[in-house]
Amino acid sequence: MKLPIYLDSHSTTPCDPRVVETMLPYFTEKFGNAASRNHSFGWEAEEGVEVARKQIAHLIHADPKEIIFTSGATESDNLALQGVVEMYREKGNHIITSSTEHRAVIDTAKYLEKKGVKVTFLPVDKTGMVSPDDVRNAITDKTILISIMMANNEIGTINPVAAIGKVAKEKSVLFHCDATQGVGKIPVNVQEMGIDLMSFTAHKIYGPKGVGALYVRRKAPRVRLEAMMYGGGHERGMRSGTLAVPLIVGFGKACELCEQEMATESIRMAKMRDRLQEGIMKGMDEVYLNGHPTERLPHNLNISFAYVEGEALLMGVKEIALSSGSACTSATLEPSYVLRALGVGSDLAHSSIRFGLGRFNTDEEVEYTIDRMIKAVNHLREMSPLYEMAKEGVDLKSVQWAAH
Amino acid sequence: MAYSEKVIDHYNNPRNVGSFQKDAGDVGTGVVGAPECGDVMKLQIKVENDTIVDAKFKTFGCGSAIASSSLATEWLKGKSLEDAQKIKNTDIVHELNLPPVKIHCSVLAEDAIKAALGDYQKKAGEKKVKPAAATTSS
Ligand SMILES: Cc1ncc(COP(=O)(O)O)c(C=O)c1O
Ligand code: FES
Repeated sequence: MKLPIYLDSHSTTPCDPRVVETMLPYFTEKFGNAASRNHSFGWEAEEGVEVARKQIAHLIHADPKEIIFTSGATESDNLALQGVVEMYREKGNHIITSSTEHRAVIDTAKYLEKKGVKVTFLPVDKTGMVSPDDVRNAITDKTILISIMMANNEIGTINPVAAIGKVAKEKSVLFHCDATQGVGKIPVNVQEMGIDLMSFTAHKIYGPKGVGALYVRRKAPRVRLEAMMYGGGHERGMRSGTLAVPLIVGFGKACELCEQEMATESIRMAKMRDRLQEGIMKGMDEVYLNGHPTERLPHNLNISFAYVEGEALLMGVKEIALSSGSACTSATLEPSYVLRALGVGSDLAHSSIRFGLGRFNTDEEVEYTIDRMIKAVNHLREMSPLYEMAKEGVDLKSVQWAAH
Repeated sequence: MAYSEKVIDHYNNPRNVGSFQKDAGDVGTGVVGAPECGDVMKLQIKVENDTIVDAKFKTFGCGSAIASSSLATEWLKGKSLEDAQKIKNTDIVHELNLPPVKIHCSVLAEDAIKAALGDYQKKAGEKKVKPAAATTSS
């Protein structure tokens, strides 16, 4: 087993070597501009892009013409929200989203709010789920867009997307879904799920960084968007700019591999994840699962280790790449807003660790991680005043803390 | 973020982890921070003849907070109460090479020192004041 171990797959994933291999010729021999219509270099590049478009569309049950290439999910989210708001201005000025969305959606919505758009940030339940009924109740005759994520990047909770899509159809409101964490990991079908716009990105599914897509429905309804970037009119005029052919080719290959391997891979992920969870839960007391117990991404595990602080814990397992919802790890010095939205207390939010398994992790790495986590938590609890007080039977909630 | 060697050393081999009897007359206890803020420090001193003969800590917080309090206990041992008052958070920052985002962890350690000293002095004061108070009231 090699150290360090990578267990941060919600953040990014390594490129699959098969993806890299597919991309390589497009840097050198097949370097043409996909928009060059008059020579073979352009044709070759265009063909590479069109193959990728098919591979990507196939994975999500869309038509290849409905795939708009972007630089990543952040851009896709921005384009979906800003593009719809701009285009459907006449129809209304209200959008609905949720409080646990990725910052790419939340911050875009806040920007739009400043420009006069009304935004409803729906709450989530204690497992992190948005309720389709809440979505229905929030809709007004001014609502032009619902933007709800497929699966959360911190806690892995999977939203009832198809039910939300149904509400959107009933009320004839467009439905955008940030499926960055779901695509390639769980089955996604834009038809069955009633999705009109969908953001996703290559680097979370063993493809290259710097390329993503926005699915934009062409039929029933035909979704229109105001572009954010003007220029050569690429991508049906919705996103100008010379296509990043090698990245797009890699994105396509990554999607093809996910489609072929998802059934077996997700079972393997879930098994490793369940073992990790069991090993940790059996190895120590007062650890709490964050998120939904079953409706969860197969490779996700988010746990709070009471009485120890997340960043200190990460320091204790330096040879394992993980992330924490603790304020001490964030630039803002605020604990995770996602965990807070679930109603997790600040103290437990500070104690949370996110484990993200991936294609290249092994059972041996999981066993090693369990062992190291137990040792690190015990080490820190021995020096935790909170653990000591809790063991003495002090109710920590009743203590008057001297804030500083 | 990258930690300095000294922070890592204190983290791996914390000095003086533990607790003294809180109510003992020769012990001063300072508890600062709050679980909601992600940091709680408990620092205790044991005093004989105005000199700190022993010190212990327990900390819930990041590695820098742990290192700051561990270092504080090392520095406190053997110091007079007066010299202990002079320990500044900037001394800790300097010794541990803390980056700007971790300065508040050292502030917490300074606060904990002050709180422990204050607690001891309050107890010592009460010991002296109490009999006096008893005579005036009778
Ligand atoms: C849910 C979600 N949306 C959007 C993004 C942003 O993706 P990208 O890095 O491709 O811009 C991420 C990745 O961090 C994510 O997890
Ligand atoms: S205790 Fe939070 S940064 Fe040190």
